This record gives sequence, C-alpha cells and structure tokens, in this order.
Amino acid sequence: MSETRTPLLTVDNLVQHFPISRSYTVKAVNGVSFHIYPGETYGLVGESGSGKTTIGRSIIRLYNPTSGTVTFNGKTISGKMDSETRNMLRENMQMIFQDPMASLNPRKKVADIIGEGLDIHHRATSRQDRADQISEMLKKVGLSPEHAARYPHQFSGGQRQRVGIARALIMHPKLVIADECISALDVSIQAQVVNLMKDIQEETGCAYLFIAHDLSMVKYISDRIGVLHLGYLVEAGTKEEIFSHPIHPYTKSLLSAIPHPNPEVEKRRKSVTYDYRSSGIDYAKGTEHVVEGTHTVLATDEEFNRWAKE
Amino acid sequence: MSETPKTILDIRNLDISFKTNAGVVHAIRGVNLDLCKGETVAIVGESGSGKSVTMKATMGLLDSNAVVNSGEILYTYTDDSGNEKTVDLLKLPKKELRQNFNGKRIAMVFQDPMTSLDPTMTIGKQVMEGMLLHKNMDKAAAKARALELLNLVGITDAEKRFKNYPHQLSGGMRQRVVIAIALSSDPDILICDEPTTALDVTIQARILELIMELQKKMKLSVIYITHDLGVVAKVADYVDVMYAGKIVEVGNVNEIFYDPKHPYTWGLLSAMPDLDTDDARLYSIPGSPPNLLHEPTGDAFAARNQFALAIDEKADPPLFQVSRTHFAATWLLHPDAPKVEMPPELIARIARAQKEVEKYL
Repeated sequence: MSETRTPLLTVDNLVQHFPISRSYTVKAVNGVSFHIYPGETYGLVGESGSGKTTIGRSIIRLYNPTSGTVTFNGKTISGKMDSETRNMLRENMQMIFQDPMASLNPRKKVADIIGEGLDIHHRATSRQDRADQISEMLKKVGLSPEHAARYPHQFSGGQRQRVGIARALIMHPKLVIADECISALDVSIQAQVVNLMKDIQEETGCAYLFIAHDLSMVKYISDRIGVLHLGYLVEAGTKEEIFSHPIHPYTKSLLSAIPHPNPEVEKRRKSVTYDYRSSGIDYAKGTEHVVEGTHTVLATDEEFNRWAKE
Repeated sequence: MSETPKTILDIRNLDISFKTNAGVVHAIRGVNLDLCKGETVAIVGESGSGKSVTMKATMGLLDSNAVVNSGEILYTYTDDSGNEKTVDLLKLPKKELRQNFNGKRIAMVFQDPMTSLDPTMTIGKQVMEGMLLHKNMDKAAAKARALELLNLVGITDAEKRFKNYPHQLSGGMRQRVVIAIALSSDPDILICDEPTTALDVTIQARILELIMELQKKMKLSVIYITHDLGVVAKVADYVDVMYAGKIVEVGNVNEIFYDPKHPYTWGLLSAMPDLDTDDARLYSIPGSPPNLLHEPTGDAFAARNQFALAIDEKADPPLFQVSRTHFAATWLLHPDAPKVEMPPELIARIARAQKEVEKYL
C-alpha cells in the first residue's frame, strides 16, 4: 500500500441520521471515515442495522449526508453539488442492488434498462452505436445479445443480477457500489457472479465498494475491509490484518461466527459471543488507534492496551 | 453412528408434480429419506431443487395445485396410550393431520421470522396458542410453560417480553420466539426451513447452537433445509444433497464433506470460498438449474457437469453404494466408468480442512 496513490473516494467523518419524530432520531452512521483507491475492492461488513447499506447509499447520494465530507474523483460530493459535479458523480459511480427481482423495472426491456444511462448522458452517437454498446456489455456479463429484447421476468435470478451488473458497468464507472449483490443468489450462482465481477475489475480497473455480511465471500473478493457495528467503523485494515489479527471484540465474535464447511472442526468449535450493552464499551468514546500499517481500531486508550495484549 | 436408532420418519419414493398454467412441473422425482430418533438430517440444494416441497408434503402444507403421484411418508410415533403406531402422513385426512400431527408432533420453523409471526398478537399469546389447542392446558399452566420456553430459548426477562408484539423484537429474538412456539407442544420432529438465512452470522451461530442444545435436552429429531454448507457442517449428522427433485448424494456429514462422490456436491463445496481460499477464480458450476417444466432425460445434472459421460444423456443413474451410509447417484461410480478425480481445488481444500481438524484433536 503506497501512500503516494491518491484515493478515488475519501469518506471523512460521515454522519447519517434519520429524524423519525421530534424526539427520536435513528443514528444510522456515526462518523465513519475510510478511503478507496482506484482499482481496489473495499469490503464493508457488519450485521443488519450496522449502517453498511446506509453508507453506500449516502455516498452515491441517495441520501443527503447529515454531516461529514465525501470526496470522489477530486470533487466534494457531499452537500450541495453543482450540475457538473452531479453529472460526474452519476456517470462515474454506479450501484448494483441486492435484490435482482426488485431492482429491474419489469415493464422495460433489458436493452432499455441497460441503455438508460447511455440515453440520459448522451453517450451513444447513433441508434446503432447504442445497440452495439448494449450487446457488447451483455456479452461481457455472460449473456447473449439476443437477450436484449427480453423482459426481466424471463431471466433466472443469476441472469437478472448480470443485467444489474451490466447496467452499472455500461457507464464505465470508476467506482461500483455492490450492496449485498450476491446474497440473494444460490451458492453455485454466487461464484459465477463473483468471478464475473473480478474479471470485469481486471479488464476495466474499476473499484468496488463491496457491502456484504458473508465474511468468507468478503475475504475472498476484498483487498481491504472495514468492520461496522451500530454505525461505527470498529476496525479496518487489509484483509490479512483483519482476519489474522482481529483486535476488536466485535470483530473477533464476527469471525468466530463464520461457519466453516468442515464438520469435524465445526462440532468442536464454539462461537464467541459479544453483547454491546453488557461489554461496557462505548463506541462514542473511542478514537481511532493504529495497530500497524493500515490496521486501525476504534477504542479508548485503556481498551486499546487491553485488547492489544489479548 | 452406533446401534441403529429407531427410524421415526421414512419417506419412500415420493413423487410430486404441480399443475401450473405453463404445464406440469415435476418437482419431486422419487425422493427417499429417513430420519432416526435424536438425529439431524440436513437437506442441501439450490432453490427449486425441491427441498422445501418435500418438507411441506410432510407437514401437509402442499399448495392446492400439487399432485402426489406416488410415494408414502411413514411416521412412527407413540400415541397417547403408549402404543407404537406408524401412519402414512400422505393418506391421513387433512383434519386428522391438523389435529394430531402438525405442530403437535411435527413442528416447523420457517425461514423468515418477520412473516411467520402474527403482528397483531403478543408473543406470549402466540407461544401459548399451540398449548391451549393441542394439549388442552388451562391458561395459567400454559402461561407458566410459555415463560419457561421463552427462557429456554434464551429470551432474557421473558416476563416483560411476554406482552411484546413481534415488531418490538429484533430478528434474532423473533426467530427465538418462533422456535419456542415450535417446541411448545413437545414435538418429536422439528423441521427447520432455512432457519437462519434471514439472520446475521453472529445471531445465526447462536440460534444454531441453541437448536443443538435443545435437541440434546429434548431428544428431538431435526431436519434442516438449507443451502449453506457451513450450517450443515455445524449441525448435521446426515446430509442429503438434492438436485432437480432427486436426492443425488446421501451420507453422513464426514463422508459428504471429506469424500464427496457426486460432481454436483463437488461443485457446491468448491463454489463456497473458505477463509483460506486464495485462488484467482472461484470454482463455479456453469449454467443454471434445469426447468422441471421440461423434464430432462437422463441425468438432470449432465448439462452442467464437466465430467458427464455419454450415458448421462440417456439414462438417469441409480444410487450407487459407496459405504454403508454413503450413496451417490452418478454414473462415475459405475464399475465400467472411467476413473475421474474431483477438481484439484477441492482436493486441496479437503486436505486443508483435514489439517485444520488435527489442530483440534
């Protein structure tokens, strides 16, 4: 990890609150900072309600961040954007959604779903050019150009997710936010989609923000990982750092809970439980401590010393 | 396994099809399965492989367009007067099934705790419901038992939670309530249909450990329906791998994980990365599962099988015996078949797994 590279995306102290009523606010994300370099895959893991999806949606501006700055491609994209920045954001950052059934318009043909970005940003020079770009994209994601005239319901789940990927990639984005994009798929299909994403990354050099709760998949695909809990980034680092030297008790419990496809080991292993309320840890008091290299933990000084010894 | 325990559920040659607008879907094509007292069987397969339909047939919950073409589901139990009885669940009238078997002797935990609880009833009432109906308990006794069950499944301050509605609980807590309901009438068999798919890994581990603990305490027989092999490794004694309405490989859990014989099982095992996988590409099973609207001739898996032989196109392989408990339906096991090794990634994986085991011994 050379420090000379400029990050593609920098998220600095992102806060996202949702006021529900005058007296009650859901604090989904509480000051999260991380950055993504061009061409790398950053994995965000955490349980449901930890704010990982919210972070993805705040970055791409489906939500307006409460505070904090997000810098993408050299421009600040949190707060008010001029139309030029907005266009840059819309063209260079794309999202693949979780549910391939719900995220494709059932009344549009696949060609129009994939081509929508081209139409809006006037990327196609002629009708023929548009059709060519679409069929090339379909081929890239492992579908055939004839599929362009079909509707989403005529595809299986794995194929639909490929359409979702094609839609995201046709703009040649620099960053793709993949929000649980494989969790709705069967195991055998998951592998196909993950391989496809890796191939495309190699070919186009795009970066991924990979949001998932399946840790073994996250470990497989990501270069660096951030562990989220209750809206705080409790631990971050390269995947080797996180998986071989977890420091934070939450990370430890998360890692111990991964089921191994190895019956003899599974029968002997007990998972480590972690309960925030009874653990006596207050995330709000913690500050970022560097373990080594890029490995950081959210902790108070006292906690950090204790955990580092364990 | 030691001395052969008593078989309590015996599914023989089950064959079910569904009448749909598009035609007849032959969803279950001759399934055999048995479950012994106190054991755990896991049924693994992709969506559409028929694992849920098999269990729905057992529970008598098949949709109205389902036709049972053949087969029987024999359930052996001790009735109220202490006699051992065997019935065919498929032949019982619906009413009899509802009154005496569903929920009472065979209970089910569904996939999604969000939708399987009644949002308009307090959880206490929902746990009590089964006891009031099936066991003719009076309310006070049912309440005491309900509180006991809620404690048993690890809900702290059950007294307070008793009056809560489902939306006031988290997903993991809700699934615990569903388990408490399933256990409320002391069933013999607990069927768990993807009990943890909707939950996070940390909660998943806790729920699975809970079910295992309860199983030991209450001498339950458990059937898991899942596609997560990690879950299977943790809980199962025996594994049935299902593909396109058939069981393609059966064996005890060690045989399936350390010595799989069917190419589909190879694919499933290698498609799931373990924590040490660092191959450039994941092994994936090409293509997608067959549409059973057009029933394939020969082996249903042949089209996706890189090891397919010519005969796979013509005839469906029978189950070949590998060991006393291990069977696989693939022509590769025929004495005349060419010798085929499992993919190198998987060999490496299994070697790694076995090394890891040594650390624990």
